Amino acid sequence: MVDSTQIRLAADIGGTFTDVVLQTPQGRLTRKVLTTPAAPEEGVMSGISLVIEDAGLRFPDVTVFVHGTTLATNAIIERRGARTALIGTQGFRDILEIGTESRFNQYDLMLQKPSPLVPRDLRFTVPERMDARGTVQLPLDEAAVLALVPQLRDAGVESIAVAFLHAYANPAHERRVQALLQEGMPDITISISSEVCPEIREYERTSTTVANAYVQPLMAGYLGRLRQSLDAKGFQGALYLVTSGGGLTALETARQFPVRLVESGPAGGAIFAAQCAERLAENRVLSFDMGGTTAKVCLIEDGEPASSRFFEVDRTARFMKGSGLPLRIPVIEMVEIGAGGGSIAHLDAMKRVVVGPESASSVPGPACYGLGGKRPAVTDADVMLGLIRPENFAGGSIQLQPARSAEALLTDIGTPLGLSAEMSAHAVYEIVCENMASAARVHAAERGAVIGDHTMIAFGGAAPLHAARVAEKLGIRRLVIPSNAGVGSAVGFLAAPVSFELVRSFPMRLDDSFSSPEVSALLDDMTQAAHGMVQDDARTETLHTRRAAFMRYVGQGHEIIVTLPDGAISSDHLSALRDAFEAEYARQFARVIPHAAVEILNWSVSVSTTPRKYPPFEAAPALHDAVSADIRKLFDGATGTHVALPVYERTDMGPGSRVPGPALIAEKETTTYVSSRYTAHLDGSGNIILDMKDAV
Amino acid sequence: MSAHSHKEIDFQIMWNRLIAVVGEQAQVLIRTAFSPIVRECEDISAGIFDLQGRMIAQAVTGTPGHVNSMAESVGHFLRHFPVSTMKEGDAYITNDPWMGTGHLNDFVITTPAFHKGRLVGLFSCTSHLMDIGGLGNGPEATDVFMEGLSIPMLKLIDQGQVNETLMAMIRANTRLPVDTEGDTYSLAACNDVGVRALCDMMDEFHLDSLEPLADFIIERSRQAVLDKIAALPQGTWCHEMTIDGYNAPLTLKAKLTVGENRVSVSYDGSPPAVGRGINVPMAYTRAYTVFGLACAISPDVPNNAGSLAPYHVEAPEGSVLNAMRPAPVSSRHVIGQMLPDMVFGCLRTPLPERVPAEGTSCLWNIAVRGQWFPKGATTPQTYALAITTNGGTGARPGLNGLSATAFPSGVHGTPVEIAEIQCPLIFWEKELRENSGGLGQTKGGDGQIMKIGTTQKQPFELLAAFDRVDHPARGALGGQDGAAGRVETASGRKLAGKGLQVLEADELLVLLTPGGGGLGAP
Repeated sequence: MVDSTQIRLAADIGGTFTDVVLQTPQGRLTRKVLTTPAAPEEGVMSGISLVIEDAGLRFPDVTVFVHGTTLATNAIIERRGARTALIGTQGFRDILEIGTESRFNQYDLMLQKPSPLVPRDLRFTVPERMDARGTVQLPLDEAAVLALVPQLRDAGVESIAVAFLHAYANPAHERRVQALLQEGMPDITISISSEVCPEIREYERTSTTVANAYVQPLMAGYLGRLRQSLDAKGFQGALYLVTSGGGLTALETARQFPVRLVESGPAGGAIFAAQCAERLAENRVLSFDMGGTTAKVCLIEDGEPASSRFFEVDRTARFMKGSGLPLRIPVIEMVEIGAGGGSIAHLDAMKRVVVGPESASSVPGPACYGLGGKRPAVTDADVMLGLIRPENFAGGSIQLQPARSAEALLTDIGTPLGLSAEMSAHAVYEIVCENMASAARVHAAERGAVIGDHTMIAFGGAAPLHAARVAEKLGIRRLVIPSNAGVGSAVGFLAAPVSFELVRSFPMRLDDSFSSPEVSALLDDMTQAAHGMVQDDARTETLHTRRAAFMRYVGQGHEIIVTLPDGAISSDHLSALRDAFEAEYARQFARVIPHAAVEILNWSVSVSTTPRKYPPFEAAPALHDAVSADIRKLFDGATGTHVALPVYERTDMGPGSRVPGPALIAEKETTTYVSSRYTAHLDGSGNIILDMKDAV
Repeated sequence: MSAHSHKEIDFQIMWNRLIAVVGEQAQVLIRTAFSPIVRECEDISAGIFDLQGRMIAQAVTGTPGHVNSMAESVGHFLRHFPVSTMKEGDAYITNDPWMGTGHLNDFVITTPAFHKGRLVGLFSCTSHLMDIGGLGNGPEATDVFMEGLSIPMLKLIDQGQVNETLMAMIRANTRLPVDTEGDTYSLAACNDVGVRALCDMMDEFHLDSLEPLADFIIERSRQAVLDKIAALPQGTWCHEMTIDGYNAPLTLKAKLTVGENRVSVSYDGSPPAVGRGINVPMAYTRAYTVFGLACAISPDVPNNAGSLAPYHVEAPEGSVLNAMRPAPVSSRHVIGQMLPDMVFGCLRTPLPERVPAEGTSCLWNIAVRGQWFPKGATTPQTYALAITTNGGTGARPGLNGLSATAFPSGVHGTPVEIAEIQCPLIFWEKELRENSGGLGQTKGGDGQIMKIGTTQKQPFELLAAFDRVDHPARGALGGQDGAAGRVETASGRKLAGKGLQVLEADELLVLLTPGGGGLGAP
């Protein structure tokens, strides 16, 4: 349960807005302020000052401050990081540039790859070589390392990455280089691959280590200034950073491994959904977050968002796999596609309706804004169908012009296909919902999950208008639109546990060659290291250790994660491990492979505190029919006619108010579309819950 | 807004869905494959076909050589296993180079998709297996029988019952029995996943046949390509290119004609098939030629029977580009992957702003084999692997060529650490080969320098199949040639660009992959 005496503060620095949430024993207060990109700590400080004032509190009253930021991501995308040097194994100067040797788009003769974070003149090598077994094949040439010091100084290097071949198997050379350089250049930050990412595959490991080095000085500077500003205000509580894996980490760890902060904002959204899932007592949840330019989906099973160890940042072709810089870090796994309210629709060479990834953004915005946008966006389709009330958009701040939506839809879609403006709108709406449903299907298929068994939790500005249709397509019977969805990420931060996950490559077969002492030593070492990362920050909280093995058939390239039992792993466990692996393998891939040997490639240890528990949402009292305030016309694509669509004002509804679809539930900042397949009601905590009709 | 909306919109949505279905099929194959070239390099293809054998959708991963030839392969499956004989739970297999994707290492598996007890379509997939016996990976054989186990059109699974006799034959005829059997299962499993996803779609849209949807997709795609062709200048253009060949140079000849509603390429005048395994079966010739055409003319139209239809390719029977059984074809990629350069050479006159200069084009797959003692082993074990590497691509109009990048193949390079964990070889160098790209207004991409030795005392075999060693990638429009490739040892022993050669344990193999040609006067 929540410690009732705690006053917890969370801030999420996004591209446009910084969201701040304050949780006090009396309740929750939120503030949205503009992000100040030049000195982000200023926006954060002004936002938290405001919310603390709102609550009638002072900085010293705050016990915990949790903070998520896209600073590291933006520094990479905008190439604003430190002047970074890379030191590699002699003969391997170009690992970053050679990359995967592939093209992310087969048919595009003009494609361009992302430029590496470290140019060739700052990539150095030294004689040394480990083999795949971690045996030294060529000793480290220490003189060559020392000879680099003046060169690095002359080049004005601010940060250094060291990534040697097979350093995951034996880190000795990297550690020695770190020590030698640190001595000569005490003021420079050094990242070594065996600490940042001790996993096999040199390109990904090097890329991750370089990204870490690249953002390190900037993040250290920002975090240092933030700490000072907080100190100056008398803040005495604990400061945590949110990681891309959805856990919290202390300032010192964040400074050491800033690459782990890259995707913290979206992670917050997933934690928010996970928290809602728990409060709803839902074990299988699909989180669906749709904003202005993208939609993100994430599976949450038993309260835990799906996790992964791979992420790409700065994709040169938006959302195209392979077009970005690979990072191997613990991340909450989600599928992101270019589908938001501002996504633009057009026809391709086959006259197919394509939505996104290009977005109308806020300027000029969708055609209906009347700000010069001529191309139809998803919002134009929503307006045309009758789902958005033009006079009430964004709390009445913009008067929408439906005629402009119609014009744009006809010009770009309707006329070439021989469809009316309304039918064009229907096509855009259907395609964008199909794209999002498809992303969810792919994500579920990759995890071996059955999507129709899940409850959808939908949030983000554009989600309430599209969630019902996406859910229908997925066969989802219940979806929930939580209150407070607008600042979901920051709210999610409040619930995250303090945690740290370590992964190391250490191949081991499940046969006579399995070395129990070696495995025990490795796991103990990792457990100790992971504990060290969280112990001080967790303070008095109980720590949970979870160990897992990344297993595969010998020869395969994709690993399946199997949880390890507590205690020493001996050869007695091997058959149970094999069984667990094959059960999971069969679940994901339909059949197991007879006669094939099984191996463990990577080992992971994650140590965390218990996630904060919140009380369950209150159930609705006896349901009663709500009274509609208005009737609108909705275009029904199936019949090609308009049908009556009752509109309910959210403010008129109380717990237990019931609304049968089709209907709209309107509020100040958003509108929820209840399709004809669902009946909606308000629960006791203010969430809108849609249940599929035949399920009621 | 029910599921029964406007037909046009429904068809479009189902088209998107089919592309997602084959994407899922391909991902399953990649994630369950044993063959490193599949799992690390994605050397696969997956697609869905209607009952006439028309390809409706293909996964966007995969390599061009597989995709189009797999499309033809399904026609052969249908001839051997007529629709009326197909049963639920069946799966058919072949690796016949002339009925599959051009060499014995590629297994093609086709699975009939039943929905509510009715046959509605076919899923097919193919991937490159590491060893299929015979002389092994490389162009050494003098006929296809020496190249390994040949699997004619056979039933791999009969109504759910795996053909154990065939499996035993497969296991007995490869140096890597476990991996090969595992890959065979993984191919079958990925089709099963496709069938499942297709059934879900047909349920949702209340379909009992794929034909109307197939007609829509194929007609729309064909029309899109025809529109693109209509915008091209009409005429005929020729191009010649001399490549290394096996032990004597070969001059390939192409004549490309843009007509009113078709583009045809004829390789008339190209040399006869040669005595070693660099010959190309027709399906593979067609695949890479059409790929080159699609890149230049219709890059945004997805591959299917409709988009492929306006493109016509022919080569004289018995020529190196239309080799007949029993010609050896194991390393057919070496010449096959040069064919987009032939297409671009022809199109350079009418469309100079669209096509690149010549590049390395053929993969520099380092196929190696030998015996070793892995950690803890007391008896020697065999290893055989192909390490995928690349040279530079040709300079492009307005853009430099890409360094160390596969083109036209879509595969990934093999990570050095992944290669080294599977064998005793050790790379002492793998770096960009500076200034190997040809100069020009835009430069060709650079190749790589690699030095490879072994950590053990046993020698190892190199099954070389490299090109552009004697005949570099040429510059165009005044651009300079890229640097030629080199194959030698550190002590200066010159090795052949093709063929099996033994390296002693104390020798270092040195490979310099070619640079791409430059474009425009420097």
